[in-house]
Amino acid sequence: MGGVMRRELWVNAALWLGLICVPLWAHWAGEPFTITLATRAVIFAVAAVGLNIALGLGGLVSLGHAAFFGIGGYAMGILAFHAQNYQPLFEWPFVFEGSQSMPLIWVVAFAVSGLCAFVIGLLALRTSGVYFIMITLAFGQMFYFFSISWAAYGGEDGMLIYVRNGFPGLNTLDPIQFYGLCFAVLSAALLVQARLARSPFGLALNAARQVPERVRAVGLDPVRLRLLAFTLSGAITGLAGALFADLNRFVSPSMFSWQLSGEFIVFIIIGGTARLFGPVVGAMVFVGLEHLLGGLSEYWHVWFGALLLGIVLFGQGGVIGMIAGKARAHD
Amino acid sequence: MTLLQAQNLTAHYGASQALFDVNLTLAPGEVLALMGRNGMGKTTTVKSICRMVAAQGTLRLDGHDLTRLPSHKVAKLGVGLVPEGRRCFADLTVSENLIAAARPGAWDETRVGALFPRLAERRGQIARSLSGGEQQMLAIGRALMTNPRLLILDEATEGLAPLVRQEIWDAIARLKRETGMAILIVDKSLAELRGVCDRAVILDRGRDVWTGVMDALDGEAAQRLLGV
Repeated sequence: MGGVMRRELWVNAALWLGLICVPLWAHWAGEPFTITLATRAVIFAVAAVGLNIALGLGGLVSLGHAAFFGIGGYAMGILAFHAQNYQPLFEWPFVFEGSQSMPLIWVVAFAVSGLCAFVIGLLALRTSGVYFIMITLAFGQMFYFFSISWAAYGGEDGMLIYVRNGFPGLNTLDPIQFYGLCFAVLSAALLVQARLARSPFGLALNAARQVPERVRAVGLDPVRLRLLAFTLSGAITGLAGALFADLNRFVSPSMFSWQLSGEFIVFIIIGGTARLFGPVVGAMVFVGLEHLLGGLSEYWHVWFGALLLGIVLFGQGGVIGMIAGKARAHD
Repeated sequence: MTLLQAQNLTAHYGASQALFDVNLTLAPGEVLALMGRNGMGKTTTVKSICRMVAAQGTLRLDGHDLTRLPSHKVAKLGVGLVPEGRRCFADLTVSENLIAAARPGAWDETRVGALFPRLAERRGQIARSLSGGEQQMLAIGRALMTNPRLLILDEATEGLAPLVRQEIWDAIARLKRETGMAILIVDKSLAELRGVCDRAVILDRGRDVWTGVMDALDGEAAQRLLGV
């Protein structure tokens, strides 16, 4: 194992342990709001880990990933809305009154956003480069405007969910327990990405990013590899959307906004593209600065932009790259 | 019995015709040299076989019509290409380059390492940091990992040091001797080609102008058609 990889492993382990310690410290220090902030960062990190599979491994710059985040959010919102209002979601072939069970909601959010990513990927992956960016942006905007006009589920105002959904054996209203759930999902997403990157599929996807024609020469279809990656990527980002909706107990069209898609990309760039914990660091930095600088000025994005500029110009491996050293790719 | 059959292959780059009714066949276990001066259509022929260039004519591998298949399906059917210019997956290690290309069959990392011990010693090294010769060995290893029935080597020894070239020729001879794999070699090194090839096809301005067993290629024909 190379020095950079070993250092990165230590950095990742420290970050993972740090995330475990955050709620404990917040509880000890009597700062419960920090747990909510950390939960927000962890959920954003899950969304960006999803995007990192497409962007970091596959080189697919999607400016429409908020669509999957929003689909996951609305999957949660619609299921919970029907359950809390005792209105059947559908009555044929059987009566289904929605659900406020997180495991079921997660499965639906994962499956529906994955399915949408598959369909969008089928069309978008016919293009590449700037056209791919534009077509994903266009799909994202389609979902955004559709949600605004969807009066049955709150339209522009969104939907309020009165009680956070439940998870067997846990009190999800307890911030630490809900944080623990989100942290477990993040850990699982990171594990999937780590295993994927080292698998023959992940290596072929990485190779397809580098020289697609050579990948064809060894019998692999780059489009199929990218489509699978894009589908998984969208599904994980959708799962993050369901968690985000549960954190806020609110779903609105802003979850589909293109600005949010841009922020996911920024998380990855700040943390380090294709670095396993890059999205985690990026989300933590973003949420931290949003909290610290947001209290000082509503124009805090200016300072955040300066930070992004500095990283792009002087630290292309992102924060992880600056600490652990340059990786072999992307930096 | 014929493994590869290419009949009346024609190919164009825009308005410019690059191949004019090229014919070549390859039997299982046979090693065929595809020769010609620069720009005579050798790489276009190879790319046509691999469906990287759209060509008209008959193109069959073991009876399967290749003319309607995309290039990755041709590779899946058993055509392993070592392209001109190597182009390994630069950001992957030697081992990862091989794993990314692996298909079920007799060839695996261990066997490639036995053919090219240099690669076995550098399993964890990033491909872009390998020497040109090692990258060429990796490109051959990567093609072998697809477990092809037909291996195509396009200028596999071009620009390499004499010792490395010899290593590659030795490996090709070993492949012929030990595997019985059909091999199509595009190269300009007539002396080395004579050592491993059974037959040769010579292209001149996009046409096959000489076909025969290697021993029948005399000095006059070589001088006239190849300039050597």
